Amino acid sequence: MKPAAFAYLAPRDLDEALDQLAEHGADARVLAGGQSLVRLMNARLASPSVVVDINRVPGLDALAVTNGSGPATLRLGATVRQRTSELSADVATHAPLLAEAGAHVAHAPVRSRGTVVGSVAFADPSAELPAALLALDGRVVARSRSGERTIEADDFFTGPFRTSLDPGEMVVAVEVPAVGARTGSAFVEVARRHGDLPVCGVAATVTRADDGSVAGTRIALCGAGERPVRARAAEDALTGSDGGEGAVAEAAARAADGLSPIGDCHGSADFRRHLARVLTGRALRTAIHRAAGEATDV
Amino acid sequence: MSETTSTAAPEKVRVRLTVNGTSHDLLVEPRTLLADLLRGDLGLTGTHLGCEQGVCGSCTVLVDGTATRSCLVFAAQLDGATVRTVESLGGVDGSLHPIQRAFHENHGLQCGFCTPGMLMGTCELLERTTEPDPDDVREALGGNLCRCTGYQNIVKSVCAAGRALAAERNGAQV
Repeated sequence: MKPAAFAYLAPRDLDEALDQLAEHGADARVLAGGQSLVRLMNARLASPSVVVDINRVPGLDALAVTNGSGPATLRLGATVRQRTSELSADVATHAPLLAEAGAHVAHAPVRSRGTVVGSVAFADPSAELPAALLALDGRVVARSRSGERTIEADDFFTGPFRTSLDPGEMVVAVEVPAVGARTGSAFVEVARRHGDLPVCGVAATVTRADDGSVAGTRIALCGAGERPVRARAAEDALTGSDGGEGAVAEAAARAADGLSPIGDCHGSADFRRHLARVLTGRALRTAIHRAAGEATDV
Repeated sequence: MSETTSTAAPEKVRVRLTVNGTSHDLLVEPRTLLADLLRGDLGLTGTHLGCEQGVCGSCTVLVDGTATRSCLVFAAQLDGATVRTVESLGGVDGSLHPIQRAFHENHGLQCGFCTPGMLMGTCELLERTTEPDPDDVREALGGNLCRCTGYQNIVKSVCAAGRALAAERNGAQV
């Protein structure tokens, strides 16, 4: 099929883009990489009357590390390509989880055009990058004509393809706090085919204390609910433990607690719960090894 | 493509782009996909449209040197861009490009529907990696589907093309 007719706007700066979004509200969609939006438009699952192409807005393609008073922050602008993020030395240093999860997204030609922010804003409950952002305790920077606000990843994803963005608002960047030397991370998933959206995936970070015990962990799952969700029972089970095999097994066993996955042709709800537990175990083992300074491949 | 709607058709967009070395100055409907511009407006039907959702890779072309799904880009976005399609590969006399020759010699195609996308993906790969190994090829072309070959001969073809192009370059330097 072909897309329905729409008006194409190509703002030259951010103010112009925000004015256009304010004017057209819910009738407008932001076009960045287009690897999700154009697909939906081709299938007429989305038929916006206005498309605001932000690719010519200067500054949005910045990938930067900022060192304020606190710990360093990695910031990816709205038109930073997934491929750029995946191959970036700054991402590898400060948020390797983002690169590891990103490498699972579709295939290279799609990632060359698709953006990190676009994937986050699209909020597919099965997608890898929203889960990675959640595990990294990231945040979303949203702008509208009335100003800028920062939304914690925990509060951003509200449902399938739903976010807490208001009409007229767009995501200008995502930010993640740089991980320290004692923090390890891992992303693992099961997909029917390489490059497909996962049936279920797990993004995890684990921070170890001086004595080797687990000082903190964040575990985020995709494909396990109506939005990317944290496995809080598993996090609670692991936090404060010695990070040994017994503790990991205990945490993994609780990874599906409270989940209500949707069963479909890709996997039943029970299978997704099973994957959530198994993959959480795998992700935690790798993240813990990496936090201890060992390089372990999944 | 014509459709009856109650609202006025959206304004057309001016696009100046270079396709296979030829400059074009066009007015396009915003919803025109690059693939349809190439095939319908410019008559370059070598680019094949399979799934129209970015999954099959048949419509892959190079946009400013990067392998791109032409079904997931609007032509309106490409003002100032340089596009290369499969038609840019062969000579005007019908001679084959070394990549095409390698596919021919290694049985890297049967029905040929996916081949334009395979060839353009290979083009990008061989720009970056002079002599790719089979893993590099699988990574680069993993998003291109082929229903005929079983892929092994495609991987062989691309590796052979890499060697042929490297030999050509070395020969040229002597």
